[in-house]
Amino acid sequence: MRHSLLPLILFAALPALPAAAQDQNTYSTVERGLYLTRMGDCEACHTVEGEGRMAGGFGLPTPFGTIYSANLTPDEATGIGSWSADAFYRAMNEGIGHDGKRLYPAFPYTNFTIVTREDSDAIFSYLQTIEPVRNRVPEPDIPFPLDIRTAMRGWNLLFFDERDFDPDPQKSELWNRGKYVVEGLAHCSACHSPRNPLGAQRGGDASYTGGHAEGWYAPSLRDGDAHEGIGEWSEEDLATYLKTGRNGRTAAIGPMAEVVEKSTQYLDDEDIAAIAAYIKDLPFEDGEPEEVEPVRETDPAMIAGAEIYATQCAACHGMEGEGVENIFGGIAGSSLTQADDPTTVVHIILRGARAAVTDAYPTPHAMPAFDWKLTDEEVAQVTTFVRNAFGNAAPAITSNRVGEIREAE
Amino acid sequence: MTTILPRRDVVIVGFGWTGAIVAEQLTQEGLDVLALERGHWRDTSTDYAVNNAQDEVRYRYRDELFEDLSRETLTFRNQSNQEALPMRMLGSFLPGTNVGGSGVHWNGQTWRFLPTDFQARSHNEERYGADAIDEELTIQDWGVTYEELEPHYDTFDKLCGIAGQAGNLGGEIQQGGNPFEGPRSSPYPNPPMDMVAAPLRFADAARELGYQPFPGPSANMSRAYTNPLGVSLAPCSYCGFCEKYACGNYSKATAATTILPALMRRENFTLKTGAMVLRVETRGGRATGVTYVTPEGDEFFQPADMVFLCAYITHNVNLLMQSGIGEIYDPRTGEGQVGRNYAYQTMSGANVFYDDDFSVNPFVGAGALGQCIDEFNGDNFDHEGLGFIGGGYIAQWQTNGRPIEHHPVPSDTPTFGLGWKQAVRANYNHTIGIGAHGASHSRRGNHLDLDPTYRDAYGRPLMRLTFDFSRNDIAMSAYLTDRVEEIARAMGGNRVDVSPLKVPYDIKPYQTTHNTGGHIMGDSPDNSVTNKFNQSWDVSNLFLMGAGNFPQNPGYNPTGTVAALAYHSLAEIRRSYLQNPGPLVQA
Repeated sequence: MRHSLLPLILFAALPALPAAAQDQNTYSTVERGLYLTRMGDCEACHTVEGEGRMAGGFGLPTPFGTIYSANLTPDEATGIGSWSADAFYRAMNEGIGHDGKRLYPAFPYTNFTIVTREDSDAIFSYLQTIEPVRNRVPEPDIPFPLDIRTAMRGWNLLFFDERDFDPDPQKSELWNRGKYVVEGLAHCSACHSPRNPLGAQRGGDASYTGGHAEGWYAPSLRDGDAHEGIGEWSEEDLATYLKTGRNGRTAAIGPMAEVVEKSTQYLDDEDIAAIAAYIKDLPFEDGEPEEVEPVRETDPAMIAGAEIYATQCAACHGMEGEGVENIFGGIAGSSLTQADDPTTVVHIILRGARAAVTDAYPTPHAMPAFDWKLTDEEVAQVTTFVRNAFGNAAPAITSNRVGEIREAE
Repeated sequence: MTTILPRRDVVIVGFGWTGAIVAEQLTQEGLDVLALERGHWRDTSTDYAVNNAQDEVRYRYRDELFEDLSRETLTFRNQSNQEALPMRMLGSFLPGTNVGGSGVHWNGQTWRFLPTDFQARSHNEERYGADAIDEELTIQDWGVTYEELEPHYDTFDKLCGIAGQAGNLGGEIQQGGNPFEGPRSSPYPNPPMDMVAAPLRFADAARELGYQPFPGPSANMSRAYTNPLGVSLAPCSYCGFCEKYACGNYSKATAATTILPALMRRENFTLKTGAMVLRVETRGGRATGVTYVTPEGDEFFQPADMVFLCAYITHNVNLLMQSGIGEIYDPRTGEGQVGRNYAYQTMSGANVFYDDDFSVNPFVGAGALGQCIDEFNGDNFDHEGLGFIGGGYIAQWQTNGRPIEHHPVPSDTPTFGLGWKQAVRANYNHTIGIGAHGASHSRRGNHLDLDPTYRDAYGRPLMRLTFDFSRNDIAMSAYLTDRVEEIARAMGGNRVDVSPLKVPYDIKPYQTTHNTGGHIMGDSPDNSVTNKFNQSWDVSNLFLMGAGNFPQNPGYNPTGTVAALAYHSLAEIRRSYLQNPGPLVQA
C-alpha cells in the first residue's frame, strides 16, 4: 500500500454518500473512485489520446501561458505513486502540490476544495490501481512573474476560498447533493461562469451566467430568459441531456459533448437528478427578459441568408428549421441559435460540430464545417437569418464579428 | 520477413456489409474479433459530409469510392478460346474499397428472393420438365430455403429500417404490396418512400395493363429511424446521390449508418485498415490464420481460430485460389468447384419521352425511390412454351438527375454539339426511364480462374473472368424487354426508345455491381464450395460471405439475400459451432 490509512472524516448532511466507514482498498471504494473521477471529468485534461490513461501532459492554454496537466498514474517518479492520500487531499482541498508548490487554478481546486475527504480518498485509491505510465510532464510555460508559484499565493488570497461543503438546511437532500456535485467535482462553473481578467471565476449572482471555453460560448445555466441557455428546459430535459447527450431539443456538442461522453453519461440517475434539481433552481435575477425585435425579412442579410440556408442547411435542418429530433438540431426556437453571444452558433457554422456519442445515441451525427466554403459575410448573413427566421429573434451578426471568431480559433 | 501476431478468436477479411455483420454478431458472443480492411477508415461525419458528398467528378468519374485498379484488377474475355486482357478502367461493375465496402455506394434497393428462387433447378424441372432447362445451364438448388432465411431477412430489414409495403404477411396477401413475395413475418419497419411523378406514371400504366405495382423496397429512409442496435438514421432528402456515392445525410442504410456506431464501441472488436490480405494459411485441413501486407510493405501473419472471407466476390474467390483451398473449376471437364457458376445480371430498359405538357424533376430522386411490378420475375408467370426459365422485375426508379451523368436524349440525337445540347434541354425534365432487372443463370463456360499472364501489385496472378450471357438469359431478357416496351407505350409519351440487353456481354459500360457465384453454396462438396451455412466444405473453420455464395443470380438486387445468408450462417455458428467447432453439415 502506497498510502497510509487515515481516519475517515465523515461529513454530516451529505446525502447519497455511503455513511459507513470503509476500507479504502475494497472493490467498492475503488469503484467509487472510478465513478468520482468520471464525475470530475479528470480524463478530459489528464488523458492525452494515445499517451496512456491519466498520464497527463495535456497542454491547457490559459490567458497567461500553457499549463500541462499532471500525470495521475501511480508511477513513482513522474506520477502520483509516491504521494500520500493526505497530499492528494491537500491538492484537491488547498491547491498545493505534493512538493509544496502552489498549483495553477487551471486545475479546478477552487471547486474541488469542497470535495469531502472520503471522496478524495476514493479517487486516490482508484488512481493507485491504474496502469503506471512514466511520463514526465513539462513545466508550465508561463511568463514572469506568474511563473513564480508563490505569486499564486496572492491570487489565492484574492480569489480562493478554501472551504468545506456548506449544505443549506432549508433545501432538500437532493438539492444539496446537486450543489455538492455541481460546485465541487463536476466543476460546471469552470466553463459556465464568466471569469475576471485574472482568470478567476466570478461568483455570487454572476456565477453560471455564461462563459467562454475553447472558442465556444458556454451558455448561462440560470433560469429565466427563454432565448438563452437552458431557460426553457425542464429538469427532465436537463437530466436526459446529461445522461444521453440529447434530449429532443438539442445535442451536446463541442466541449460539452466531451463532458457528456467522458463524465455525465456515467453518473447514476440520482446524481443526474440532483444536478438537474440544483441547476434548475439557480435564481434568475435580472427580472423580465428584454423583448428582442427580429431582424426584418426584407433586410438584405436576411434575403441572402435565406438563400444560403436553403442550399447549404435545409437538407438536414429542414425548410422550416424544424430539424430531426435527436439527429439534426432544430433551429426554430433554439436557444443556442438565439444566444446573445453568437460565438457558438458561428463556431458551429465555421468549424462544424459533432454530437456526443453515448450508449443511448451511438451515432456520431455531425455537422460539417463551412469555413472553407462560406466567406465571413456569408456566414454573417446565414447566422443572422437563422437567428431571425422560423419565429426566432436575436441581434444581427456582422462579418467583422465572424472574422474575429474565425481568427480566434 | 513475416511478423507473427498474437492469436485472435476471429479474423475477418474485408470490412463491408458482411464483415460488419459478422463482427457485430460475434462480438456479442464475447469473442475477440479483428477485421482487416485493405482500404481506409471512412465514415459519414469524417468523410461524407453533406456539403461535399454530392461531387460527381470526385466520386463517379474519379472513382474515389471504388477499388484501385493500379493495385489489383481482373482480366476478362467472353469465351474460353479468347485471350483475356486486364481491365484498366472500371466499367460494367464498381467494387468498392475502404470501410463499408461496396455497400457504401449502393442504391438501397433491398429485396428478398422468391421462395422458388432457392429451388431453381428442382422447381423448374418439376413444373416444366427436365428439358426446359437448357443443357448449357449449370443452375442448381441452394441447399437453403426461403423459410430458413426469412427470420434473417427480417433482421436485416429492421437493422436497415427498410421502407416498403408488405405484400404477403404470414401468407395473407396485402393490398398495395408485392403479392408474389414470400410470406413475411412482419411488415417493413418504415412506410414506403414519398412517390414522385415518374414512378406514379409508371404505376398507372402498369395498373392499366392489369399488373399490380408496388413501391420498391428501399434502404433510403422514408422517415427518421432508430434500429435495434440504437443507431439512428435520418429521413432521406431525395438529393439523388445514392448509387456511386456515400450518403451525407445518414439516410441510406450502410454498415457505417447501421452497425459501426455500436460495433466500434465494443472493446472486443478491433479494426485494422491498410491491411491487404494475401492468403489464408491452412494446416491439416484447418485455417490457421491469414497473411496480410501493409501499405509500407510489412508482412504479418495473423493467427485466428475462425476466418471469415467478407471481401468482394472476386477477391473471396481469388483468396481461395491463392491459398490452394479447394479445386479450381475447369469448364472442359466440369471438375472443381472454386470459380464455378459465376453469374451477373441482365439489364434492359426503355426511355419514354414527353412533350412539355408532362414534366418530371429528375433531381428529386433516391436510389430506391420507385414503383415495381413482379409479374415477370422468377416463376411468377407460366413459362410453358417460352423457351426459357426465370425472369426479373420491371421498375421505374427515379434515382437521380445528376448533371454530368443524367441527360436522356432520343437515340438519334447527335452525340455532341448544338443538337445534343438542345435535346438535353428539351428532354431533361420530360423523360422517364424504366428498366427490367433480370436474372442471370449460370452456364458451363462462365467462371473465374487465375490468369496465366498478368499479375497484381503483390505478384499474384490476376483473377480471370470468362463470361457471356446464356442463351436462356438472352431469350428471357428479350421477353422482359417486350413487356417493358408495352408498359412504356402505355405511359403516354410521344416516343419510346428501347435499350435491349447488349450481347455479347460488354464489360466497358456500367450495368450493375451484382456479380455472383464462384464460391457457391450447395448440399454437397461435389456441387459447391460451402454448405448452407456458408462454411467451407474443405476447411471447417473458414466461412465465406457475400454474393459469391449464390449458385446463380435471380432477378433481384442481391444485398438483402447477402445479408440474410450472413445472419443465417452466424445464427448457426452461435447456436452450434462455438460450442462444438467442426462441420455444420456432414458431407
